[in-house]
Formats: sequence, C-alpha cells, structure tokens
Amino acid sequence: MPLSSKHLLGLHGVPREDIQLILDTATTFREILDRPIKKVPTLQGKTIVNLFYENSTRTRISFELAQKRLSADTVNFSTSGSSTKKGETFKDTVRNIEAMKVDMIVVRHQSAGVPKFLTRITNAIIINAGDGLHEHPTQGLLDMYSIREKFGKLEGLNVCIVGDIAHSRVALSNIFGLKTMGANVSICGPTTMIPFGIESLGVKVYYNINEAISNNDVLNVLRIQLERNAGERIPSLREYHKYFGITAERLEKFNKDIVILHPGPINRGVELSSEVADGPYQIILDQVTNGVAVRMAVLYLLGTMH
Amino acid sequence: MKIILQNVCLLNPEQKLNQKNDLLIDNGIIKKIGSLSSEDKKDADVYDFSGKYCVPGLFDMHVHLREPGREDEETIITGSNAAAAGGFTEIACMPNTEPAIDSAEVVRFIKEQSKNHLVEVYPIGAATLARKGEALSPMYELFEAGVVGFSDDGVAIKTASILRHAMEYSKMFDLPIIEHCEDESLANGAMNEGINSTLLGLPPIPSVAEDLIVMRDIIMAEFTKAKIHIAHISTKNSVELVRQAKKKGIKITAEVTPHHFTLTDDSIKTFDTNFKMSPPLRTKKDIEAIIEGLADGTIDCIASDHAPHSIEEKEMEFIFAPNGIIGLETQLGLALTELVHKKYLTLEQLVTKLSINPRKILNLPVPLILEGEPANLTIIDPDVVWTVDVHKFKSKSKNSPFDKRLLTGKAIAVINKNKMFYEDQFIDISS
Ligand SMILES: [Zn+2]
Ligand SMILES: [Zn+2]
Repeated sequence: MPLSSKHLLGLHGVPREDIQLILDTATTFREILDRPIKKVPTLQGKTIVNLFYENSTRTRISFELAQKRLSADTVNFSTSGSSTKKGETFKDTVRNIEAMKVDMIVVRHQSAGVPKFLTRITNAIIINAGDGLHEHPTQGLLDMYSIREKFGKLEGLNVCIVGDIAHSRVALSNIFGLKTMGANVSICGPTTMIPFGIESLGVKVYYNINEAISNNDVLNVLRIQLERNAGERIPSLREYHKYFGITAERLEKFNKDIVILHPGPINRGVELSSEVADGPYQIILDQVTNGVAVRMAVLYLLGTMH
Repeated sequence: MKIILQNVCLLNPEQKLNQKNDLLIDNGIIKKIGSLSSEDKKDADVYDFSGKYCVPGLFDMHVHLREPGREDEETIITGSNAAAAGGFTEIACMPNTEPAIDSAEVVRFIKEQSKNHLVEVYPIGAATLARKGEALSPMYELFEAGVVGFSDDGVAIKTASILRHAMEYSKMFDLPIIEHCEDESLANGAMNEGINSTLLGLPPIPSVAEDLIVMRDIIMAEFTKAKIHIAHISTKNSVELVRQAKKKGIKITAEVTPHHFTLTDDSIKTFDTNFKMSPPLRTKKDIEAIIEGLADGTIDCIASDHAPHSIEEKEMEFIFAPNGIIGLETQLGLALTELVHKKYLTLEQLVTKLSINPRKILNLPVPLILEGEPANLTIIDPDVVWTVDVHKFKSKSKNSPFDKRLLTGKAIAVINKNKMFYEDQFIDISS
C-alpha cells in the first residue's frame, strides 16, 4: 500500500493510514540502525538534493544519513538569506538543480510555502524539511514515533507542546499529526507566543506550566528562538525560565511519569533545566536516532512509489 | 470625423441623467443628443450600442505606472493602454517611481509622455522627499506643475509630525493627502493575521496596523482641518472609523480596491504570490463591512491600486515577493459582477464611485453628457460574460489573481481627447 501523496509538504490533511504506514515502516528501519552494517540498497541509483536555504546542521545530517543508509546519491546545496540578493532567483537555482536530473528534493527554507512552490516548478518529489513558521513534517513524525515507542500508542495520550508556538514549525506539524492519530493536544506558553486562532484547531491552551504538567503525559518542549525576535515577546530568558521552564522540582511536585521531548538544540537553563535535559524523563537522544529511521521511511516510501 | 452612438442609455448621476437616446460626436465634442436628422447622420460612423450604457469616462485615482525607473514592468503608455482597455479615460498615478514624483521635472515628464494618449494621466506628488518621511516635498511646486494630490503610497507618512506639516501645507491647494494606512512597526509580515496565517506559518500583519494609521490621520485631519483620503481601505474597523469621522464633519474620503471586496486571505492557501498585497487580503467580515460601507457612502470610490510586477519578481518565495497586483483591466468587471449584479450597488452608484467621486476628491471637473461638452465617455456592456485572460492584457505585467475568472460586464469602448478605443483598436476620430 503506497502513500496517498507524491510529496511530503506537511502533516495537515495527511490521512491516518499514511502516518501509520510511515511510523510502521520506520520501525523496520530502526532495526537496521542497530545492525553492524547499517546500509540497504533500496534507493540505489536515486539522486537526492538537500536544498537548505537556512542553517540546520541537525536536520540536514539526519536526512543525509538516512539517504546514505538507503544507498541514494546525495548532493547538498546550502546557502542562507534571500536568493534575490544574489541576483539569481530561487526559481533559477531550482531549475538548474532539476536539470541535473534529480529525483527528490529535501528543502528547508525561511519562507513558508516554498515546498509547495517547488511542486509547481519541478517534477521532483518534494520533502519539506521546514518552511518558515509553517511545518516541519518529519520532525512531527519523529516526535510521534518517539512517543509511540515509549507508550506503545498515541491514541488517547495527552500531549502538550510548550514554548514559542507562534514561531515554531514543529508545533503545527505535531498538532496536525497527533490529532490525526487520536491524541489530545494542548499547548502552553506566554500569551505573546500563542498564534491567532489556535484553539479552533481543537487545541487546549495553558498559560500556566504547572497546570500543563499536571494534565499531560508528554511535554514536547520547543526551543526558544532568540534569532526569531523572541526578545520582543518575553521580558527576559530569566523570566521565561522562572514561569515556563521545565525543572526537576516542577516535575517532582506532580510525581508522575511524564515524558519530555525537545527538538534540540536545547537552551539549557531556559526551556529545560540541565537536570531535566539529562534526566530520566527525557527521550531527547532517542528522538535523534528515531529521526534517521523516520526519514529513511519517508524517503523509501516516496522514492519507490513509481 | 463624426461618430454616432445609437440607442445607448445615457447615464450620469451627476446630471440625474438616465435615458435611452442617440448621441452625435463631432470633432470630439458632443454635438447633439436626441433624434438625429439625415443631415446629422451624413458621413458619420454609426455604432449601435443598444443595451449598453454611456457614462462619464471612468477615473482610476490609484494606479502605479512604474515609469520612470521600472519601464520593464509598465510604462506610462502601456499603463494608459491598459486603462483604456479597462474602460478608463483618466487615471491618477502614484509617486513611488524611481526617482519619486517629488520634483516638477518628473511631473512634467509624465504629462509630456501621456500628452497624445487617449487616457489623461494626472500625477500624484510625493508628500515627502523621496517618500522617506523626513522632509516635505516641494508641494507648492508640484501643485503648480499639476499634481492632484499628495501621497507616500507604498508606506504611510512616517511620523505624526511630518504628517501634520504635509496636511497643513496641502490646505493651500485644497488637495488631499492620500494615505497608505499601515503602521510600519506592525506591518512587517506577509499576510493578514488570522487563522490562515497561523495555518500557513506566514508572518502575520494584524488589522490594527491599518486601523491605527486611519485613526491617527483622522485625528490629525480634525486638528489641521485638512483633507485626508484613505487609500485601499481593507478592515472592518477602518470602515467604521471613516463612517464616524464623516459624521463629525471631518474632511475624509476613502477608496477600496476590487481585490479587497472580492478576495479573502483564504486564497493564499496555495502560496500563490499573486494574492500577496499591501494591505493584505482580509476576512469575510471585513468584506461585508466594506460592501456595507460602499452601499451607505462611507467608501466614496473604487480604485485599482494597479501595481505591475515582473514575473521574475513575483514568482518567488512568498515572504520575499513584492506586494501588489495589476487591476486596471479587471476592475470594472469585478465591480459589476460582485457589486451590481449581486445588488449591493445600483449601476448609478457604481458610476458615482468609478467616475464622479474620484474626480471630486481630486478637485477635477466631472465630464457632463451635454451638447457642447467634450466627449469624455465610457461605454459599458453590463451583461457580457467574459473570461479574464492575463495574456490578452495591455499591461506589461501579468500579476493578476483573477486570471481565468468568469466576469459579467465590461467596458466596450472609451472616448476622450477626440480619440476612441473600440474593439481593441485606438481610433483617431478627429479627422
Ligand atoms: Zn498603498
Ligand atoms: Zn498603491
């Protein structure tokens, strides 16, 4: 059974069967990663371009590793800033890359909608590796995979996303994916970091971290993006940590088995205390390993569709 | 040369005129209205316009012509051709050219370029030098050279202090300050703030970015007793602010673009940059308020904010793409389809908003359909059904979100300055 779409642009509207298939396929690949020889010939002969218009070492390496493990040929194209400033349009760049006969493009870009735009101007299979403040579907999938691995299910779990929701592309992908899979999703953060109308997606909003902790099984804690003007939205990181930071003390107060995710890199002492970042509740490094397996699954399912 | 418009419905709300008749134009002047003799008909070209309306030439008071500076996107001539094709005999062009319209030379250059064209072009002067909001432009000199208003369009006049001086100074000429209402500190996003910006992850622009400047300008207009014209109004709150200001007797007028009364931010879902504009597309509630404002007279006129952009510049990442769409050739069709055929406005009201009020706002005479008057006329077929095709446009640019849209009603001819545009041809009717 193949996926219902040729591209992975986001998790909005992706059917339950597709997500199920990706997560189940990832389980198979997860086993490969524990073998001494971690390579399969599945995508041999396929050429994939990692088109990164925004710095993201982690995501890029994770995709690259996934591609190598599937024996695909990969090319990396990284740059930052507006393409127009260099006198070459984004469209030209992409057309040139496509002329080199690539099969898939993994794209990260600071402008929302670029993956969608690529589907209009190329014939390649497009995988969104993060677009603007929009979506980051493979991160959403790896978060779901990691939660499922821990609890054995997603349905009925209470998952809270904590932090700067308005400036996160992880949040939307998590909300769409988790809700499709039957989890109860909530968010928690200061009012200035909650985007317009988010409740209409069926998401509960907490402004108090203690309430969020006491009512949830999972906290997916986002990075406070200082580079995205978080400074205008909160008085200081110190104040953020005091009222929204996850500390061991807070967790122990509710004395429950809670699981903590974080997409990394962590600002220690801001969204998580060091004790929590290294402590027993978190599954942050599992997320990193699972990320490779999930990306292998996505590349495999889309790359072998026809 | 004589031409006869036969069986046409003459409509001019300014004269309370609404009657079917024949009209004879000789050497660009309306020679006779009424039953024509065989002598009148001798050597005349006869156009049978049964079922069509003849109205005072339409006027678009908000057009970007890009010349000087970006002739690759539009020139004064191509923009004027687009205006004629859209049914306009006169347009006013905005000063955000390069250089800006902030000197008498540029005003004279524009008038010189358009001198022999059917469409009359009236430049709007920059309110501040280079539209930077730091020092007043030579407003007196611009007025003498022939500008019909002042604006820093593209942005709002930067500070309250320079706005105050621009308003006070403009009172000497009784010309309006035409304001692009967006607070810079709030308007640095790519689309309207709402559930759609949340879902699409595009940086949002809240509606208050507009409301705040509208409010600021109303208060300043009350204080200075100057004329303020709100360009491309787009929010429910702004419409209400203008309504209240009018009730208080403040000299305020407002315009709306066809895209702001037809499209909502729902259309951005495909990330098509032809839906990216400033101010951004709003919501259904805003459209309802705008239509109410049009119907009750709060919004005085309709203008296209015709903003040509090259394909290369428009076809790019959403956050980097320039704002604006072309509009001269779809404006009348959209207004007829969305406002008249849906019975929000009568044809008389529409003609008032597309022909009469823009001229009154800019202190220009309204063309009359009277014997002895120069023929400055637009012939409208309100019922013809047509499909928008950007490739057939006269404009040099193609950035329209309305391509392939089915519309009912369009202009089929314009007559002005002893010239006629009919069936895609400019016809010299002077000889
Ligand atoms: Zn404007
Ligand atoms: Zn404009």
